[in-house]
Amino acid sequence: MGDLVKYLGDAGTRGLILDMLLEHIYLSLLPLVISVVLAVALGWVCHRFGWFRGALLGAANIVYTVPSLALFAIIPAVIGTQVLDINNVVIALTVYTTALLTRPVSDALDAVPVQITAAATAMGFRPLRRFLTVELPLAVPVLFAGLRVGSVSNISLVSVGALIGTGGLGVLFTDGFRSRYLAPIIVGIVLTLLLALVVDGLLVALRQWLTPWNHIRGVKS
Amino acid sequence: MIFADAFAWLFDPVNWSGAKGIPLRTGVHLLYCLGAVLGASAIAVPLGLFVGHTGRGGTFLVGGSNALRALPTLGLVTFLYLIAGGGTGPVLIALVVLAIPPILAGTYAGIQDVDRGVVDAAKGMGMTGGQVLWQVELPNALPLLIGGLRNATLQVVATASVAAYVGIETLGRPLLDGLRVLDYGQFVGGAVLIALLAVVLDLVLAGAQKAIVPRGLRLVGQPTGPKKGKRSQKLVALAAQPDSGGSTA
Repeated sequence: MGDLVKYLGDAGTRGLILDMLLEHIYLSLLPLVISVVLAVALGWVCHRFGWFRGALLGAANIVYTVPSLALFAIIPAVIGTQVLDINNVVIALTVYTTALLTRPVSDALDAVPVQITAAATAMGFRPLRRFLTVELPLAVPVLFAGLRVGSVSNISLVSVGALIGTGGLGVLFTDGFRSRYLAPIIVGIVLTLLLALVVDGLLVALRQWLTPWNHIRGVKS
Repeated sequence: MIFADAFAWLFDPVNWSGAKGIPLRTGVHLLYCLGAVLGASAIAVPLGLFVGHTGRGGTFLVGGSNALRALPTLGLVTFLYLIAGGGTGPVLIALVVLAIPPILAGTYAGIQDVDRGVVDAAKGMGMTGGQVLWQVELPNALPLLIGGLRNATLQVVATASVAAYVGIETLGRPLLDGLRVLDYGQFVGGAVLIALLAVVLDLVLAGAQKAIVPRGLRLVGQPTGPKKGKRSQKLVALAAQPDSGGSTA
């Protein structure tokens, strides 16, 4: 405990930790945003073209089996970035999150009742507008369930990147281990958990805001 | 070309023998994984069965296991290692802790998802609570339960490579060594080995899943088309879905 106070008492250390926290947020949330866009597009393709579904979802399953440390290492070999490039982590996590989200999005789109899309079509909605304003909003709860898992998983995975040089708060673990000093490790774990908790809370709030019809009193969807 | 170097490393006979050889490291890797998954199952399966069957403490369980998922692997491993001052125990404990949430979630969700009508029918036929659990709920929960086990295995295989950082001779070793001495062939070769091991283990478990799940359930689980068999398809999807946060740590 005393160690912890002493460790955090230094303004320089606090500044460094803040930088790591910001890097951690960037590294974990940027992939989340990119993969929402990708997963919605791919989910739509799976929903629209059934034959594509098996191939894509199978590929997603295999991708998800590859451990992150391995993926962080393989990506530079595949796309030719530098081994210590920060983008490797962003790309790896984007790949994971997209693999995680595509199936639920496509399932959710499949689950939109035919009557609803038919009604929208009859009201004169063109396919794109129908997709964006009718089908996609109905898929939001499922999408967010996936996003919550993805955000927690990304936030905890970023730290592994510390082993290959870019790890946000993960650097605290390697630093602490190398100098046999517990304080940074504890700070790293606590901050990671707090970050996951805050992001999860924000996602829940965002979902509520995006799906007002789900919590009108007395109406259950 | 990095991949050419990786293949050169992978097929160099020197790397296939001795205490630092690939077979021994793979064995160590597998031993840790096996120990961790068994240990975690011993804790998580009974707990999941109890909570799923009685319905007591479900909220607490879900919240708790989600919090566990947010725990950064590397942090947990280094923390326990420093506290215990070394040894293999802390790494094993860290792996068990990480394998618990997916197994717990799979077991609990499996029991929860059993059709209430089926449970009621079993009760109506005069089955006792224990009989309902063992003869009705557990077999019906198997697809999701094994799905949880698969997720846990993936997570542990991944984490065991991270454990190389604290000096355990797992398959993560060549990766970290390769990075330190800038030998990218070894770096990527190690990564390829870990990925292969994970994929192979998942295939083995998928086979086991096919063999263990009762035939009646498998028939229900057969998706007949994208639009039909909605409920069973959803179950299968859930079980197959890599829902474990940090599953690939």
